[in-house]
Amino acid sequence: MERRERPVLWLSRRLPIALLAAILLGSCGRVEQPLNSFDSRGPIAERINELFWPVFWGAAVIFVLVQGALLVAVFLFRERKGKERPEPKQTPGNTRLELIWTVVPTIILAAIAVPTISTLFELAECPGDAMEVEVIGHQWWFEFRYPDSGVVTANVMVIPEDTEVCAKMTSDDVLHNFWIPKLAGKRYLVPGQETEQRLYADDPGDYWGHCAEFCGLSHARMRARVVAMTSTDFDAWTANQLLPAVTPAPGSEAERGMEVFLGGTCIGCHIIDGANNPDPETLTVPAPDLTHFASRGVFAGATLPAQLDPTQADWEAGLRLWLADPPTWKPGSFMPELGLTADEIDALVAYLSSLE
Amino acid sequence: MAIDVAADTVEQAETTLFRRPRLTYGFWSWITTADHKKIGLMYGYTAFFFFLAGGIEALLLRIQLAGPDGAFLTAAEYNGLFTTHAVTMIFLFVMPISAAFFNYLLPLMIGARDVAFPRMNAVSFWIFLFGGLFIYSSLIFGTSPPPVGGNLPGGAADASVLGSIPNSGWFIYAPNSGATYSPGTAVDYAALGLQILGVASLISAVNFIVTILNMRAKGMRLLRMPVFVWMTLVVALLLLFSLPIIAIALFMLTFDRQFGTLFFVAEAGGDPILWQHLFWLFGHPEVYILILPAMGIVSETLPVFSKKPLFGYPAVVFAGAAIAFLGFGVWAHHMFASGIPTVAQAAFGLSTMTIAIPTGIKIFNWLGTVWGGRVRLTTPMLFSLGFVALFVIGGLSGVTHAVVPSDWQQTDTYYIVAHFHYVLFGGALFGLFAGIFYWFPKVWGRMYNEALGKWHFWLMFIGMNLTFGPMHWLGLQGMVRRTWVYPEEAGLGAGNFVVTVGAFIIALGVLVFMINWSYSKRRGRVAPNDPWDARTLEWTIPSPTPEYNFAVEPTVTSLDDFWHLKYDEDEEGRAVRKEKADELVDNLIHTNGNPDHEIHLPAPSYFPFIVGLGIMFIAYGIMYHTRPYGIPMLAAGAFVTIGALFAWGSEPLEEVGDDHHGEEDDLEPDGSEASDHAEQQH
Amino acid sequence: MADIAHGHEEGGGHHQLTGIDSRKLGMWVFLSSEFLFFGALINNYLLFKGRDFGPGTLYPVELYDIPFTSISSFVLLMSSLTMVLAHSALARGDQDQTKTWLFATALLGTIFVSGQFFEFGEFILHGLKLNINPAASAFYMLTGFHGLHVVLGILMLLVLAFKSMRTGGLSEAEGLNVELVGLYWHFVDIIWIVIFVLVYLIQ
Repeated sequence: MERRERPVLWLSRRLPIALLAAILLGSCGRVEQPLNSFDSRGPIAERINELFWPVFWGAAVIFVLVQGALLVAVFLFRERKGKERPEPKQTPGNTRLELIWTVVPTIILAAIAVPTISTLFELAECPGDAMEVEVIGHQWWFEFRYPDSGVVTANVMVIPEDTEVCAKMTSDDVLHNFWIPKLAGKRYLVPGQETEQRLYADDPGDYWGHCAEFCGLSHARMRARVVAMTSTDFDAWTANQLLPAVTPAPGSEAERGMEVFLGGTCIGCHIIDGANNPDPETLTVPAPDLTHFASRGVFAGATLPAQLDPTQADWEAGLRLWLADPPTWKPGSFMPELGLTADEIDALVAYLSSLE
Repeated sequence: MAIDVAADTVEQAETTLFRRPRLTYGFWSWITTADHKKIGLMYGYTAFFFFLAGGIEALLLRIQLAGPDGAFLTAAEYNGLFTTHAVTMIFLFVMPISAAFFNYLLPLMIGARDVAFPRMNAVSFWIFLFGGLFIYSSLIFGTSPPPVGGNLPGGAADASVLGSIPNSGWFIYAPNSGATYSPGTAVDYAALGLQILGVASLISAVNFIVTILNMRAKGMRLLRMPVFVWMTLVVALLLLFSLPIIAIALFMLTFDRQFGTLFFVAEAGGDPILWQHLFWLFGHPEVYILILPAMGIVSETLPVFSKKPLFGYPAVVFAGAAIAFLGFGVWAHHMFASGIPTVAQAAFGLSTMTIAIPTGIKIFNWLGTVWGGRVRLTTPMLFSLGFVALFVIGGLSGVTHAVVPSDWQQTDTYYIVAHFHYVLFGGALFGLFAGIFYWFPKVWGRMYNEALGKWHFWLMFIGMNLTFGPMHWLGLQGMVRRTWVYPEEAGLGAGNFVVTVGAFIIALGVLVFMINWSYSKRRGRVAPNDPWDARTLEWTIPSPTPEYNFAVEPTVTSLDDFWHLKYDEDEEGRAVRKEKADELVDNLIHTNGNPDHEIHLPAPSYFPFIVGLGIMFIAYGIMYHTRPYGIPMLAAGAFVTIGALFAWGSEPLEEVGDDHHGEEDDLEPDGSEASDHAEQQH
Repeated sequence: MADIAHGHEEGGGHHQLTGIDSRKLGMWVFLSSEFLFFGALINNYLLFKGRDFGPGTLYPVELYDIPFTSISSFVLLMSSLTMVLAHSALARGDQDQTKTWLFATALLGTIFVSGQFFEFGEFILHGLKLNINPAASAFYMLTGFHGLHVVLGILMLLVLAFKSMRTGGLSEAEGLNVELVGLYWHFVDIIWIVIFVLVYLIQ
């Protein structure tokens, strides 16, 4: 990923492709945009868009009027060769006009202010009966804790559909910002403080998120997912998450992977409930709990596997890439390059993939 | 009660070891100058040099982002470049190039021979220059290891050269900017460098305020000042009241990093959000510091090229002042997502909306100025009209930020990047280019090339819209700010590619400008003295400006005094050029170009340069105070600075034996040192 | 600020539309900025002083020696008086007295700063280090920056006093410098009164 190319070469290779892409995009329309805030999938994001669009169209009208006036003025009153215009009237101002263009914008702004303030108070704070999920920001991944059930997970926040969810957020290190564009706006995660974010998904689905506040080297690699499911699925998910990790079959590749895990530096930071159960206090760096690693479908700050609908092969390729060299994918990463052999990586892939 | 000036000077000379430099040309004359015009040019050239650096940084960023998963830059390099791009464009380009305009034009527009404190003017330039060099010296000396415990690709201990420039965003948010998360010196270069630049700005602010209050031509009441002068005053006041706040914030950050204080260390009870409050309490007025000079410039150019007075002059002036005043009450709109109380969000949302009112007044008054005029579409006029058009877009997207819940979606995305580039690139930069072309003949006595000027405008205008227009959509479609890569799956590739193409078109425009500038200032057509049929005092003197500005100090009887010298109005209110206008103008300019006596000008001095140098070494000393060479460096810097200030104080008023000295005690006192005569004659 | 104090040939635009000498006006303008500088520092301290930083830490307020600080505040207050005396002596043309009062002002300032050094020393001995908690950080930063301002004022006073001693008196132009340093000195003094009340007295 960090491989360098000469810029000229790089551009010459990309230019035709991107140009083509731009044309294709123009002709055949929509591209999947999992972070698109216009494509709201819940009432909170919806309310924000309902507020945004009228303001946008209002602004568009003002835009057309003002730019139109400017163009007309330039067109009407410009000097052209051969066509001398008379000397203009020296108008120093016009109180009535000036009053109008002070008062009218004030009225327009007041008209915007009313829904702004009401929507703001409607959306800013969680209702009392919301389901709570604790969100803890780390460089560069989100941790999710469910106080009701005791589930601890990372990168993927699972919520039931049609349910008011309140994310109670804080940070373990620097500022982060939790943004699930299709479900809600942004809210910071501040070390030493607690902030709230309302989330609500109308339907089951996979909603992308991104850390939006600059949080150091790998800010770009700090994403998240919110997975909404039916309440039955959610209960099943919760029950599964509370179980200890599956023990691999004796003699399997996965068991070899477990040995690599237990014998290496992994256990310095990671927990797999059932394989190693260290005192969390003794861990060097906070790192994702891997007990149900494979159930999440994404890892490395929800950036791998990169595909929208990854296949098993994508998953394994991503995992190999990550295990071989974490800092290259995620510069600054607290997981160092471990110097694993290809053999060890294969074993770990098998083991981690089994941790449903 | 008058003391004999000559005797006083001799007495001074006896008490000092120092002779004042006397050179008026060549390298040392620039180092030692106290002439506001030379200082203005130095500000301009330095700022433009930094503009090129910032522009190259922007292009590198855009190459990286041209397609998804770019591999042109590393994460560290990207972070360094986007931070330094912002720091450069804000503090090393727009602010100093505005200072260049203030310096060169302010005395000319108010009919003075120099600013109130010419050597302080020089010192603020040198401090700025050394501050800028200090920040950029991080390219060589800066270090940027990963956060404590983290790992860089390939196990590297430190980021590459480009990764070691300031890299925590221009807003330097705590705690990411703290010692744990940003070890190394990259952030120190930003914190200390901005501190140095702040000192420079503060000195100029004091200088400009005093100059405007005290040194206007006879009869130039406050409401007869050109709008540009008004905006200079407002900007200086904004600087005066916002710089101390950022100074404190930067001291806190520096102390946290260097001396173990805990202001922003969350684990120890520090408050990271406090940084944001302090930063934006400065940072929002700063936005107006950047834009108001450009607003002042187009308020000069639009009337001239429409042949009409500014529509609603008092309203435009008061709107500018109102923007500045309100600008101190809106800072938390940068923090709507930071978890501040809901009531505070509501209050700051409302206060932000109110800013749109005076801004609207300005825009409508500019429209009113153009309407019904005789519009000459010269390059400066095109840039001024471009300014209005683009600023409207930036202003409208600004209103959408005040809609707080919308801002929760917009903040920290490219939508914001689009907004402030429309305001600062489409706004400030277009206004500044309008000014550059408008006053080009004044500075060089030659005309710029109109054809190249128009190419420059259209390339910039098209490039600018291609670059920053799509960003609105990209942002709301999920393009997060300050990310060195975006995944292909986010579906943002095509838009980003257009943006990159636009950036290169802008670069082409800048190239055309550079050709125009360097060609025209030597070979351009010789400019008439009043090429634009202008309205303000700077056009009543020969071009290029003589060293003494005005041979005869002007007296002003109305707003746009120069215009009324040339034009009457008929019964309908139409302008009628006076019969003798040309003759009057020629006479005026001839008189102003041929003083009948020698005019006293502020003497050059070595010490402003030395003070600037000393301050830079103090900053290095603080940063490296734990190294063996740090404290000596600090001591040497402090010694040089204090010594230079002391020497400055003991400098003779002028060189003993100056041939012309003594014979002009009876003449119009002028410039700065002569002011002592005035004082003594009270 | 030193450049204003020493910049005796500069400033003083010949019109002086405001009727105030440019250098004096410049000093006023500069001090208005300084006002916000200290405003931010005081605000900082007030923000942190009430916060709880856990058990086992130490707050500046626990160590205040009000009688001691009152005396040193009184000393600084008196230095404003001697500053006024220096200025009025100069206005009378009494060069000897001017010199004396300038030295006296510098001396009182030095006593104040020494008191602050002593106070810092005591506090640090009791364990109130710069890095013990943000309240302590803010306390030292506020009082430290104020002390630094006093030290700069003392330096400027001494420059004037020694100059007067060497040349047998201050010229009229330098007289303005006395006024400028006086303005600065009174400002620093007033700021201290504010600090003393807000930081030391109101707990």
